[in-house]
Amino acid sequence: MDSSRRKFLKIAGISAVAGIGAPSALNMLMKKEVQASSDGGGHGAQPDAHGAPAGHGAAPTGKRYGMVIDAVKFHDNPGLAEKCIEACHTYFNVPDFGNKKDEIKWLWQVPFTNAFPTDESHYKKDDRTHGMQFLVTCNHCDNPPCVRACPTKATFKNADGIIMMDFHRCIGCRFCMAACPYGSRSFNWRDPRGSKDGVPFIKKINPEFPTRMRGVVEKCSFCDLRVKKGLQPLCVEATGDTKAMVFGDLNDPNSEISQVLKARFTIQRKPSLGTMPSVFYII
Amino acid sequence: MYNKGTIIPGLIIFVVLMLFAIFNNAGKKIEAPKVEKPVGYKECVKPVQYMKESHMELLNVWRDEVIREGKREQVEAGGVLYEKSLQNGCMHCHTNKTKFCDVCHTFASVYPYCWDCHVAPQEDLALKEAR
Repeated sequence: MDSSRRKFLKIAGISAVAGIGAPSALNMLMKKEVQASSDGGGHGAQPDAHGAPAGHGAAPTGKRYGMVIDAVKFHDNPGLAEKCIEACHTYFNVPDFGNKKDEIKWLWQVPFTNAFPTDESHYKKDDRTHGMQFLVTCNHCDNPPCVRACPTKATFKNADGIIMMDFHRCIGCRFCMAACPYGSRSFNWRDPRGSKDGVPFIKKINPEFPTRMRGVVEKCSFCDLRVKKGLQPLCVEATGDTKAMVFGDLNDPNSEISQVLKARFTIQRKPSLGTMPSVFYII
Repeated sequence: MYNKGTIIPGLIIFVVLMLFAIFNNAGKKIEAPKVEKPVGYKECVKPVQYMKESHMELLNVWRDEVIREGKREQVEAGGVLYEKSLQNGCMHCHTNKTKFCDVCHTFASVYPYCWDCHVAPQEDLALKEAR
């Protein structure tokens, strides 16, 4: 082949232009794609209405379920809280290992000091709140530390803002338990289907819901399976007409819960941590 | 070669032992396990052949759809709606785990861990007896 210097310089020039131009052209194209997808997905970088940090805004469908717990009504109705816990724990096959150390809790009661440690003042110690018990559960945070800690994505935030557990995927590393500032997660140190001294840990297994196995973390699911069907969570249903618990969509200004939150003064657990809990308390 | 007298017979014994299972079963017809079919239901959510081969894949797809994507809508088969659920869907018709699931799984020597957590119909009674 006869190659002249002229030909060689031509090819070298074109290659140089292509080599320099291609990456930037590709970059431009990529940027356009990213923009298009972020417009559709609603995952914009803008903070949401609450001034939340970017990336942890409202769930994609715009739904965000929350709960208001009226501690005063629970205080005035002794036994009501136990009824709620019973309704929850029997349906979801929550085992009772009969010892505090291994305890599994989806919904339980604690005194004010434990529920709201950051609301405690050095001087303010009124008898009323300190004599009360508060129902606590998973707060289904907007900015959930447990989700960030989970290495297998066994726990995640679903489209309705509910923090879900996929028991199939949990490897029992307990990072989520270390991450959760509310102690809402429990670990199955023992086989929930076992028994001690002839007493089974699960008194009566509900055949509609699975049990767990040893080595799995569990917590409240806001009854996502009922919510999907348009029903209220079991604990809310158990409160009946007392309205001690109100459940609904926080993003819907006309929902009952939004009305309650507008009308009443409520507090959240450890709001200063920035987890943005979805459970509110009337005290 | 040293120890010819022990090595060669030893090798022959070893090969015969290893191949015994093959020769013993050669030409024999092995009966496929008979599973108990549900009474009163004609149609499954997918064709029978698909279910035989890929029911585990369907279960995985259902699991991901229900838990992760929140798609809990029911599936239709022969005019009946079923839950996308092992416990409340499949076992609604296939009520006998031991005579349906286990027969095949034991034959094929697979031991899935579904039932470590999921509750088989009447399994709660069986559990009580086991205790």
